[in-house]
Amino acid sequence: MDRMDRNVVVPGDQLSDDPKKAGEGTYVRDGKVYSLLYGMASSYKDKVRVIPLAGKYVPSPGDTVIGIVQDIVFSNWIVNINSPYEGLLHISELPRKIEMNEMPKYLRIGSSVMVRVKEVDSTMKVELTMNDRRLGILTRGRVAEISPTRVPRLIGKGGSMINMLKKELNCNIFVGQNGRIWVDGNDDDMDLALKTVLIIEKEAHTTGLTDRIMEFLRAEKEARS
Amino acid sequence: MIGMDEKLSFFKNGLRLDGRRPDELRPIKIEVGVLARADGSCYMEMGDNKVIAAVYGPREVHPRHLQEATRAIVRYRYNMASFSVEERKRPGPDRRSNEVSKVSREALEPVILTSYFPKSVVDVFVEVLQADAGTRTAGINAASVALADAGIPMKSLISSCAAGKVDGEIVLDPMKLEDNFGEADVPIAMTPNGDITLLQMDGRLTQEEFRRALELARTGCQQIYEIQRKVLVDRYGHVEEEEICEEPSAVAEEEI
Repeated sequence: MDRMDRNVVVPGDQLSDDPKKAGEGTYVRDGKVYSLLYGMASSYKDKVRVIPLAGKYVPSPGDTVIGIVQDIVFSNWIVNINSPYEGLLHISELPRKIEMNEMPKYLRIGSSVMVRVKEVDSTMKVELTMNDRRLGILTRGRVAEISPTRVPRLIGKGGSMINMLKKELNCNIFVGQNGRIWVDGNDDDMDLALKTVLIIEKEAHTTGLTDRIMEFLRAEKEARS
Repeated sequence: MIGMDEKLSFFKNGLRLDGRRPDELRPIKIEVGVLARADGSCYMEMGDNKVIAAVYGPREVHPRHLQEATRAIVRYRYNMASFSVEERKRPGPDRRSNEVSKVSREALEPVILTSYFPKSVVDVFVEVLQADAGTRTAGINAASVALADAGIPMKSLISSCAAGKVDGEIVLDPMKLEDNFGEADVPIAMTPNGDITLLQMDGRLTQEEFRRALELARTGCQQIYEIQRKVLVDRYGHVEEEEICEEPSAVAEEEI
């Protein structure tokens, strides 16, 4: 019943006889490792793991995400982080000190922000912070949304895909762990960037994608000039 | 239509009225990801049953008081379209669909890892477009595939199928005629390793007949499981995992 020969697995497929090999997206029963998810099975650091093909973003501390302010309550902004759980950005987590009555001046409902997940407790209260040079309010560019499960593919091994995109597209691109993407550049470049990102989302599971995307970009740019 | 005439038989030359062997399922068709707005979805035909399942979530619970602090709740709504049966069905939930919703939810809940998503809800909606006996089993099969498609962590898929008794004989997957005029109907749902999560019985069976019906329904579930699995696997064909970022946290480099 070992289904590791095939790459795509469904929940309940047996992956290994060795419980020590249980990695992400798996569970152990009676000394055997089974898949928890519909996804792609692979070996990683002597473990088997399953990378899901779909699913929601679950915040974890240290993740950098793009949020949209949903509400302002007593000394907190409630931020939608494309997840079943909303984020809380406390007034003290801004890079500079501001007064409570000034809150809507800095971040209004609908503002996009780049924030980091500071803490997640067992009740899934998600605390966010903006207190870092790399974080802040997004005043320029555009924000797009893809499935959070496609984020690792969009970044690529060691950032290969995302660095290629940045270079070829002449855009500044940031990929949030929650599947929101921020691009900034001139309008034509941004159009192409968003188009490319959606192709990558759709074809994330296919081989030779980086090369095909490179070709696609070259062709698009030639057509433009 | 057809009365309870003693002369009428459910078998002709050892085959059933639709030409099936007693231990044969109706033809099955499954399509995954048919709804763009749902997180996971599945369209399924089991003979003349046509159902569609949509899964949303995990997402925030509304109304709030239903929320559970340590786990996700599962809501399952089974609904029959008013045009799904011969006589128009009065729309909306009724005694029967409330019951079917409850037992179907309890058939799926044991495999869902609800503890992974505290304070959230997984919503499953099953709409019956056309009914021909066995809509709850078709609904559970479709819902199970839709849950997998939504990326919900589960211990396994769930497969569901009924066995019945007509003319004193135990048959697999009864169709409408056999269900309406037969002597018993036993729908079950189970995991691929045989743990039963739904077991109902309508009608009368002896212990021996019940055992045989259960065994037959199990073999039906196993066949359905293979189809469910194949549909999910084939959707992506052969894929190769390559060039993905192993440590996705090291992303933000640029300043805004």
